[in-house]
Amino acid sequence: MDHISHVLWQFLVKWMTDFALFPPEASKIAPQMDALYFFMVLVSLVGLTIVVLLLVSFSIMYSKKRHPVAVQIEGSTLLEATWTIIPLGLFLIMFVWGSLIYFRIYTPPANAMNIYVVGKQWMWKAEHPGGQHEINSLHIPTGRAIQLTLISQDVFHSFSIPAFRVKREAIPGRYTNVWFEATTPGTYHLFCTQYCGTNHSAMVGDIVVLTPDDYKKWLAESTSGASLAQNGERLFASLSCNACHNGQANSRGPSLAGVYGSHLTLANGGTQLADEAYLRDAILNPSDHVTQGFAPIMPTYQGQISEDGVISLVEYIKSLNTNYRVEQTLNTSTLLPEGEGKATPAGQQSGGAKQGASAGKGTSGQGVVKQ
Amino acid sequence: MSTDTIVRLPDQATARIPKVNFLSKENGLLSWLLTSDHKRIATLYLISITFFFAIGGTLAGLIRLELLTPQSDLMAADTYNKVFSMHGIIMVFLFLVPSVPATLGNFLIPIMIGAKDLALPKVNLLSWYLYMIAGVMVLYSMITGGVDTGWTFTVPLSTHYVNTNVITTGLAIFVAGFSSVFTGLNFIVTIHKMRAPGMTWFRLPLFVWSNYAASILMVLGTPVLAITLVLVVLERGFGIGVFDPSKGGDPILFQHLFWFYSHPAVYIMILPGMGVISEVVSTFARKRVFGYTAVAFSSVAIAVFAFFVWEHHMFIMGVSNYSTLVFSLLTMLVAVPSAIKIFNWSFTLYKGSITFETPMLYSFGFMGLFTIGGLTGVFLASTGTDIHLTETYFIVAHFHFVMVGGMLMAFLSGIHFWWPKWTGRMYPEKISQLAALITFIGFNFTFFPQFLLGTLGMPRRYAAYPAEFQVLNVFSTAGASILGIGYLLPILYLTWSLKYGEIAGDNPWQATGLEWQIQSPPLTENFTEIPVVDHDAYDYEWLEKKEKEVSSVG
Ligand code: HEM
Ligand SMILES: [Cu+2]
Repeated sequence: MDHISHVLWQFLVKWMTDFALFPPEASKIAPQMDALYFFMVLVSLVGLTIVVLLLVSFSIMYSKKRHPVAVQIEGSTLLEATWTIIPLGLFLIMFVWGSLIYFRIYTPPANAMNIYVVGKQWMWKAEHPGGQHEINSLHIPTGRAIQLTLISQDVFHSFSIPAFRVKREAIPGRYTNVWFEATTPGTYHLFCTQYCGTNHSAMVGDIVVLTPDDYKKWLAESTSGASLAQNGERLFASLSCNACHNGQANSRGPSLAGVYGSHLTLANGGTQLADEAYLRDAILNPSDHVTQGFAPIMPTYQGQISEDGVISLVEYIKSLNTNYRVEQTLNTSTLLPEGEGKATPAGQQSGGAKQGASAGKGTSGQGVVKQ
Repeated sequence: MSTDTIVRLPDQATARIPKVNFLSKENGLLSWLLTSDHKRIATLYLISITFFFAIGGTLAGLIRLELLTPQSDLMAADTYNKVFSMHGIIMVFLFLVPSVPATLGNFLIPIMIGAKDLALPKVNLLSWYLYMIAGVMVLYSMITGGVDTGWTFTVPLSTHYVNTNVITTGLAIFVAGFSSVFTGLNFIVTIHKMRAPGMTWFRLPLFVWSNYAASILMVLGTPVLAITLVLVVLERGFGIGVFDPSKGGDPILFQHLFWFYSHPAVYIMILPGMGVISEVVSTFARKRVFGYTAVAFSSVAIAVFAFFVWEHHMFIMGVSNYSTLVFSLLTMLVAVPSAIKIFNWSFTLYKGSITFETPMLYSFGFMGLFTIGGLTGVFLASTGTDIHLTETYFIVAHFHFVMVGGMLMAFLSGIHFWWPKWTGRMYPEKISQLAALITFIGFNFTFFPQFLLGTLGMPRRYAAYPAEFQVLNVFSTAGASILGIGYLLPILYLTWSLKYGEIAGDNPWQATGLEWQIQSPPLTENFTEIPVVDHDAYDYEWLEKKEKEVSSVG
């Protein structure tokens, strides 16, 4: 008995301290989504009340005791039209309202800071443009649009931040995007919400929202050496990409300078916007996208580069605005030593420069490295 | 009508169950295993479905017990994953999909339209055997290691990353699919070809309409599931690469294929249940269903729309934003016929003469819970709120409200309603009413907290969860134990009533359907001569006139 009351007491204490009925609102979109949510709750309550009232009042008024003989009624077109049109109207409002929010969440603004997230059984790996890596946690500043570019290395995963009201699947073989702007510093849940195997429920982490100042500090403390673009540069050399993509007039591959964000003309006559997903696919499945004027000779790198590696390459290509970097890379046949990478902050040099040139196309480095 | 309640039981002293009926016709196991009588096959289904429901229910209990505490301490995550996967697979494919059509539909459709059997009696028996083979395969794969892919068999998890019995289970569902297709085909042919003279389309009971609509879904949707599962098996066995991006395949394709079946499947599960509600509400209000035509057509509308909304399971999966727009809109449209039905049933009560026997109580339960299930579906149909709520316990709550609150309530309503026809005996009324009440309370207790959990963001399919979610989970588990009692009771007292129940008589509810105009339990041939139908469904005036004639002659 004593034991039970102890357990009960513990439970009650826990209840008082831990019990929440509604998640915190920690992003700009959260209050907007909640407004729609509560509108729907309201409509649902009204709808449910009407149904229950009808059932209860008819049951009382027309119970067999009070109303021994039923009156046969065929139906009523007017009534039926009413309860077709009113729900339809309400549903359409919810459709439009919901779609506006949806488009907002999945259309990142041009100046968003891009963080890559790779899902794998069973962890989330986040890669900041400055090269900071984290596992099962994500540090972000308030007041800044953050875009996540997600991909999975194995099965479907789904990146969910309830406090921000956003969620996006990480899918093998393609990049997906989501963005948000955090408003309140604090630590929030990060969940994997797409069932992904044995340790699915352990694929959780923390979203740590910091003030811009704290974020700067965190960045400085967790610099891991090279930025994504720098890592990409090394890979570019070590995989001998520069043998063909050397930016010379007679080279066997097209120049990659300024390719990101441009519209390419392909050998089959189509045009193609070169975004991250395209760049990734062009590395892994080159024969699917032969640029006009070039022979389909590029080998596939399928299976040779990890998703992290591809991300670095993509970031490197994104950072290329002139052929200068490629020519530099051309002379680098071995991996750069650690120190050298640090000395040349590629993110700043190229990424930063690019920002001005390519009409507001989202780039990586800038926001992070400049601080 | 002079008596106070509808139930006018025949005088117990003299009442007898007719000596010749479909149950007593032949004896021996073989006469059952080789029968082609739709009523006996329905009985076989009823027994086997109850068996699988009990297994699925036990697994549900284990799930809830595990979730009592935040850690995965009752079972390891691996085991938990297998338990919820088997729970889902058994409940969906071996219970929900066949439940009403294969039991009540099988039993009633031929009688309701005035036919002696289904059009293809042997195919009907084959359907049951396929169902049983599938069931045994599922049990086999459960015993020999289980499956941990969830009932959705998502690739590439199922094809490349798990070591469990995906192939056996996938093939089991494939076989179950054939069972479902055959049942659907059988119903369609029967309803088209075997209606008694005078039984026009618009005189059909709404139960027949809704099963007809569900049959269309079964016949057109299930093959897509079958193809999908074959592809999964081939991919797993031979690495053919349809779903594998590194071979040029696409895992999203699986999602499209799977949900192209599995969304309509939701309506395969719920439509027949809606048919039950129409019959029951009409009978106990003693009124023709309000707006019969609208209710009939809304079934067909649901069946047609159901094929154009599958992508709403993929709103956050990185499909084109514009296609999402279209599917969100279509999903809103499919909600409308459901709303129509709820209001039509409510208004059927208007100026009725209502009694509240057990089937009616379950129907009320259905209407309340299905309304909640349907309305919360709109939260998921609206893409904005879907982003936050999908893949959380909000989904779990939503589909349990629709499937368990809706479908299962309808199933129990129907089982009680037609029990006297099926067995010739009444179920015990008082305890049945109590069971209905317990089920309703237990249900809300179990699943309502899950809406709140989902809003808080608790993901589904988690063996362990953050401590702050515990309170609501404790509520849910407590509710589940009440709900468990609610399900156990009917199994017990219905079995009891087989021997001790009061004799029911032909038409204890004074209902109008053709099935009530024949003896209980029916003859193997249903009718001694094929009836000629000269009145609409739910024509209570016709019934009264007929009863007067009979009594003045007698
Ligand atoms: C006492 C009654 C029940 C309880 C307590 C219960 C509990 C649960 C829980 C907690 C889950 C979620 C597993 C997860 O996502 O982590 C679940 C899943 C599911 N339940 Fe139930 N359930 C019950 C009855 C039923 C019934 C009667 C049906 C069908 C007739 C059903 C069908 C399903 C299905 C289809 C799933 C999805 C499985 C999956 O996620 O793969 N449940 N149930
Ligand atoms: Cu995951």
